[in-house]
Amino acid sequence: MDSPAGRYGLPDAIRSEWTKLSTVRSTAWTLLVTVVAAVGLGALVSWVQATHYANNGFIDRATFDPTRVSLSGLLFAQLAVGVLGVLVMSAEYGTGTIRATLSAMPRRVEVLWAKALVFGSLILVVGEILSLAAFFLGQSILSSRAPHATLGDPGALRAVLGAGCYLTALGLLALGLATVVRHTAGGISAFVGVLFVLPVISDALPSSVSVHVNKFLPADIGVSMLSTQPTGTAFPPWGGFTLLCGYAAVALVVGTVLLRRRDA
Amino acid sequence: MIEAEALTKRYGNTIAVDQLSFQVLPGQVTGFLGPNGSGKSTTMRMIVGLDSPDSGRVRVKGKRYRDLAWPLREVGALLEARAIHPGRSSANHLLALARANRIPAERVDEVLELVGLSAVARRRAGKLSLGMGQRLGIAAALLGDPGVLLFDEPVNGLDPDGIRWARNLLRSLAAEGRTVFVSSHLMSEMALTADHVIVVGRGRLMADLPIGELTARSLGFVRVKSPAPGALGDRLSAMGGVVSKVAGGALEVRGIRAEQVGEVAAELGVVLHELSPMEASLEEAYLELTGEAVEYRGGAGRGPDAADPTSVAQADVTAGEGARDG
Ligand SMILES: Nc1ncnc2c1ncn2[C@@H]1O[C@H](COP(=O)(O)OP(=O)(O)O)[C@@H](O)[C@H]1O
Ligand SMILES: [Mg+2]
Repeated sequence: MDSPAGRYGLPDAIRSEWTKLSTVRSTAWTLLVTVVAAVGLGALVSWVQATHYANNGFIDRATFDPTRVSLSGLLFAQLAVGVLGVLVMSAEYGTGTIRATLSAMPRRVEVLWAKALVFGSLILVVGEILSLAAFFLGQSILSSRAPHATLGDPGALRAVLGAGCYLTALGLLALGLATVVRHTAGGISAFVGVLFVLPVISDALPSSVSVHVNKFLPADIGVSMLSTQPTGTAFPPWGGFTLLCGYAAVALVVGTVLLRRRDA
Repeated sequence: MIEAEALTKRYGNTIAVDQLSFQVLPGQVTGFLGPNGSGKSTTMRMIVGLDSPDSGRVRVKGKRYRDLAWPLREVGALLEARAIHPGRSSANHLLALARANRIPAERVDEVLELVGLSAVARRRAGKLSLGMGQRLGIAAALLGDPGVLLFDEPVNGLDPDGIRWARNLLRSLAAEGRTVFVSSHLMSEMALTADHVIVVGRGRLMADLPIGELTARSLGFVRVKSPAPGALGDRLSAMGGVVSKVAGGALEVRGIRAEQVGEVAAELGVVLHELSPMEASLEEAYLELTGEAVEYRGGAGRGPDAADPTSVAQADVTAGEGARDG
């Protein structure tokens, strides 16, 4: 068998990683959970909001954000995205395939880049489709009995498109964490800890402190991105998103350094 | 061609591989022999760059593994631990590896056929038996049709038919001119497969020599009993034999074959009461080489300096290198 000219590179790594991602059931399962959560839960929340809107008081009506209501299922879907992001790396260690992977592609940085590109693109596409679907379904459910939004409303398109970007950055953060801890349970714990436990701990602090802490947490960044109106003391949507991308980048860079340095 | 130079690897306080130097040449099966825990798997992982040595270096085809242009097309490795996702089919497992090195997809079916897994290629790998998993690992090693092949304990989990098949495969790969490096803790396995052996104990080189020499030359001896051993012994020593007196007045002669001893005795007119070639079995030869290593592993609390390779082993190393130059 004659070898092609040159040497293997990122495009080969991407094809290999896509093959891996698309040939295990866990990918299909976590994506199914993502879809059901984003669209199904979004529809359910929209329906409950629609049926109760008539009973809402002045404040609830004044702050009613139909876009955010329709996208609320994504706050559950982000958990499934994170789990998949962890599995993309941790399954390699759990099953030992990391040794086959790194024997085929010993320049390790390329492996992580390929994983990030393949998984990130998948989540970006799936995330945008889901947030659009959740938005339109939610608005049609709300439209009968409550205020509803169109993509032309201020902030609506940004929130819908931002939702897919948010899921992608969060998924890459999970991938980075898993590269550092190299373990499925550990990676999921780290991800859940950052996303869901840190806000709980922050809320145990005096509120004068926690308002300053919360806005740095991915959970609050997410809520801010899915809303059309400013939410409390949170960073503005794209500002928060930049910060989240920074977290993901730090996790991936630390992961890269460790991946290169540690024995597989 | 694989070259290791003073390869050393520590895990905490354990020295898994200790100043190990060797060469693995193409066109023959080179056995990598040593008791469990002697550093064979660690060495294999260092060859393919999965573990990095603390000091020393190893080159494959003159390059660091990570500098190979198409690693799977140049080196194929079956490592000790399974490297298969149980939820992925065998075919897809191989396809992912093939894509990484731009190996045509048809090659996946070819190697599955070669190892006899075509029928279960679409089944989840988690459902494969131990032996089938081992065959899949061998298929992965062959995927890129590489010139250098590493097999870490390849017959583990194979049934007797599979073992025979694997042996023939290794031999035919070497006959095609490839470099074949295969580890085992079983001397008997090596005897049937390898042309040349590198023996390790406690991570150190114990011997590096053609398999035949391991028994016949280095460790076999001739037992001679004679009413007049003195003259015979002197003559044999003069011929370069190593002669020692043992209990009962017998002589043990190393380095000279029984036929020659008989001829010398006849020439000298010395009466012989016994002339027994003691071919150490391969297992004995192996135990003699690594026995101390095994002992050391079993005994607790002794410092790493307590064990030295035996002088026999040292002699073998020299003999082995001499033989290879020729
Ligand atoms: N990843 C590791 N971490 C800690 N110790 C290890 C590791 N790999 C091997 N060892 C130790 O190194 C020594 C050599 O092991 P190994 O290379 O597996 O030997 P062999 O393959 O000859 O049985 C053993 O003492 C083993 O316990
Ligand atoms: Mg081993």
